[in-house]
Amino acid sequence: MADVAIPRPIDWSTAEAVSRRRRRHAADRRLQLYGMGAITLAIGLLGILIVSLISTGYTAFVQTMVTIDFPISAENVDPEDPARGNYRAVVQAGLDELFPDVKGPDRRALGQILTNNTQFMVRDAVVADPSVIGGTLKLSIPASDPFDQLNKGTIPRDVPESERRVSDQQIEWFDQLEADGRVSTPFNWGLFFNADSRFPELAGLAGAIVGSFYALLVCFLISFPIGIAAAVYLEEFAPKNRWTDLIEVNINNLAAVPSIVFGLLGLAVFLNFFGLPRSAPLVGGMVLALMTLPTIIIVTRASLKAVPPSIREGALGVGASAHQVITHHVLPLALPGIMTGTIIGLAQALGETAPLLLVGMNAFITSPPGGILDASTALPTQVFIWADSPERGFVALTSAGILVLLGFLIIMNSIAIFLRQRLEKTW
Amino acid sequence: MAGYAFLLIVVMTLIAYAIGRVTAGRLRRTPEGASMHSLPVYHGAFVAAWVGIPALILLLLWLFLQGTVVDRLIIGSLPPSMVEGMDSSQVELTLSEIKNVAAGRVFSEPTPDIRVAAERYAQWQAIARWAMVAVAFAVMVVAFGIARSKLAVRFRARNNFELILSALMIFCSLVAILTTLGIVVSLLFEAARFFAMVPFSEFLFGLRWEPQIALRPDQIAGAGAFGAIPVFTGTILIATIAMLVATPIGLFTAIYLVEYANDTVRKIVKPIMEILAGVPTVVYGFFAVLTVAPAMREFGGTLGVSVSPNSALAAGAVMGIMIIPFISSLSDDALNAVPRTMRDGSLALGATPGETMTKVLLRAALPGIVGGVLLGVSRAIGETMIVVMAAGLIASLTINPLDSVTTVTVQIVTLLIGDTEFDSPKTLAAFALGLVLFIATLALNVVALQVVRRYREQYD
Repeated sequence: MADVAIPRPIDWSTAEAVSRRRRRHAADRRLQLYGMGAITLAIGLLGILIVSLISTGYTAFVQTMVTIDFPISAENVDPEDPARGNYRAVVQAGLDELFPDVKGPDRRALGQILTNNTQFMVRDAVVADPSVIGGTLKLSIPASDPFDQLNKGTIPRDVPESERRVSDQQIEWFDQLEADGRVSTPFNWGLFFNADSRFPELAGLAGAIVGSFYALLVCFLISFPIGIAAAVYLEEFAPKNRWTDLIEVNINNLAAVPSIVFGLLGLAVFLNFFGLPRSAPLVGGMVLALMTLPTIIIVTRASLKAVPPSIREGALGVGASAHQVITHHVLPLALPGIMTGTIIGLAQALGETAPLLLVGMNAFITSPPGGILDASTALPTQVFIWADSPERGFVALTSAGILVLLGFLIIMNSIAIFLRQRLEKTW
Repeated sequence: MAGYAFLLIVVMTLIAYAIGRVTAGRLRRTPEGASMHSLPVYHGAFVAAWVGIPALILLLLWLFLQGTVVDRLIIGSLPPSMVEGMDSSQVELTLSEIKNVAAGRVFSEPTPDIRVAAERYAQWQAIARWAMVAVAFAVMVVAFGIARSKLAVRFRARNNFELILSALMIFCSLVAILTTLGIVVSLLFEAARFFAMVPFSEFLFGLRWEPQIALRPDQIAGAGAFGAIPVFTGTILIATIAMLVATPIGLFTAIYLVEYANDTVRKIVKPIMEILAGVPTVVYGFFAVLTVAPAMREFGGTLGVSVSPNSALAAGAVMGIMIIPFISSLSDDALNAVPRTMRDGSLALGATPGETMTKVLLRAALPGIVGGVLLGVSRAIGETMIVVMAAGLIASLTINPLDSVTTVTVQIVTLLIGDTEFDSPKTLAAFALGLVLFIATLALNVVALQVVRRYREQYD
């Protein structure tokens, strides 16, 4: 006992100790600062992303419209057969009334203020209401893209005339229309109710939204039942052997396979081997289903694991068969968790682009698909198509399309979070 | 027609269920019914399963195979003088002409042979459709007869039905295996056809990648070169840039969240990371084109450096942003998995939180973090949309991040977008690239999971 060395008390206040301590604390603070810097950077980048999308995209939510009175003379439109009238002349007459001084080739330049499809819009309005023949028809027509951009201020007016798509003369006419109170910028319903078009002022997301809906529907109908059945088998019934191990490893690996490889699978097997139609939401949905399947299986297994064994034992104890335990007790209890995971999986599928490109869901289609076998686009592929289009108006449309896509994703994820908080039980 | 056939199956299945249930109910009321084995519900379900499942399988097979079979038959029925000397793309063309004529879309006056074939095609299609419904109906009736005859008081309907259910579940769990098999077989098959045209060594070691070859003899295009080295270096370059951005930001985020942040900060930062992770990649791609690439170009301009409009740097940096949440959440998990006692021990010895982190937690969690980074790399090389939109199309052999490079995924998409012919090396090259991509990501994933697993065993 006597030879235990009592350590000498350490003097913490020497200059050396103090400076060492200061160094160590400085290092600690530095690490903390790096961490804060990293988080600020990540949040800042997300902020820049959102701000740049909103600042370019908000203009596409309104559309410049020009209100014009079209004289529908019986000379141009036959009351017996209004669909076959000379609507080019009708449109010209409407513009002539506003600008009686414009003559010759200038009338063409004047016509360019309105969208290219003006005559068809007038025709549709007359066909819908033939009683206007002989009178005048007051109609708001979308301005063509350069004037739409001019009105929204995206194209500055002080650019030299040779470098812009609109001439000084046309701007003067447009300003005159504005002074007459004929130019308005209402909410752009066409963004949601028009299908794709080569003219930005007419292009909308209707085809893409319907196409995405069909593809997600197919994806859900395939992946949900198969995913649950597979998960129930693997979690509750499967013996632990090499086979089930293989299946498990396989599912985990499938979850990490790049999405474009699934696109290659869809192209080679569904399109080339089985001869299913190209660009169809059916094929897109099938490819998305194969990608979503691992997610649903993994989530379902986690939810099944979370159901306490006492419930299974209780049910078995009163004489239920193994299947009855699962279908009557375990699955209903696990369902909220499964639904949450499924919605998150579907939200991922909604944002998937690459596999859809390979199965051709980037077709240029000017009407919404009528079924799962019609050629169609999807929301993310529509964004991709627009991002590639050269017209100025498509930049705003692309951002607007992205905002709509993000809106759908936020809605789906909110539903998932709501389900998780409301229905999911913790034992 | 297929829609009606599905409807027919659903209706027949419901009828079968009702009949099975009623029959069993009647059996139960007989004198010996008290000792009945299964509830009437299970008798109904048993009959319904017998009626519905075989018919459904038959219908799906029929739908998948009808097109191919009818096409083959039509080609076989064409006069031999027509088919002789045609290669497969010409046959395809003839076939689509026949289909167009049959559907009433006539662009130019078809030859009499085509017209006859089109009539035959329409006729056979109609026959096939009706045959499908008839055969499905017959199968259902026969299956119903068999199942119905089995119902009895002592019949173990529940056990039988559960057996069918188990079989269905086993089949469903095999779908994952079938998917992997489908991927491997289709990639191998198409890649093998590619390597029959282009030697394997040229693909792996060639230094020139110019896949845009002439489809018709009179077309002006490059001679075609399929050396994938420039594509591989481009992929590695962009993935490296992405990881250089993502790893430090993700790791420091995780360090801060684990060691320094209080609950409020954690509650705010974690959902933001989830949002970053949930943004579709096409959005990141557009962000790169719209904001990042022009900004870098301008910044390079002020420094007097010329930056390509689709530089590897812009694509890689944006891809890095996409991978940040991935790295941060996996590192977070790895750091949190280090036993609490180790951290407490370090703090009790007087180490600062920073020293605890760098000297204890990071070292203990290193395998998990490395695993996460490897998974991040596998994501980076498999990521498609960002590079398709922001990186270049021309394969140039360079490691200058300010230049434009191309990647494996960009080449796959550009080679396969639009109508594709399955016998040109241009199309098949995409599958060869896909095979390389699949093998590379699979290897990375397997290694990463192995690293993570080995580490877990150490502490549990």
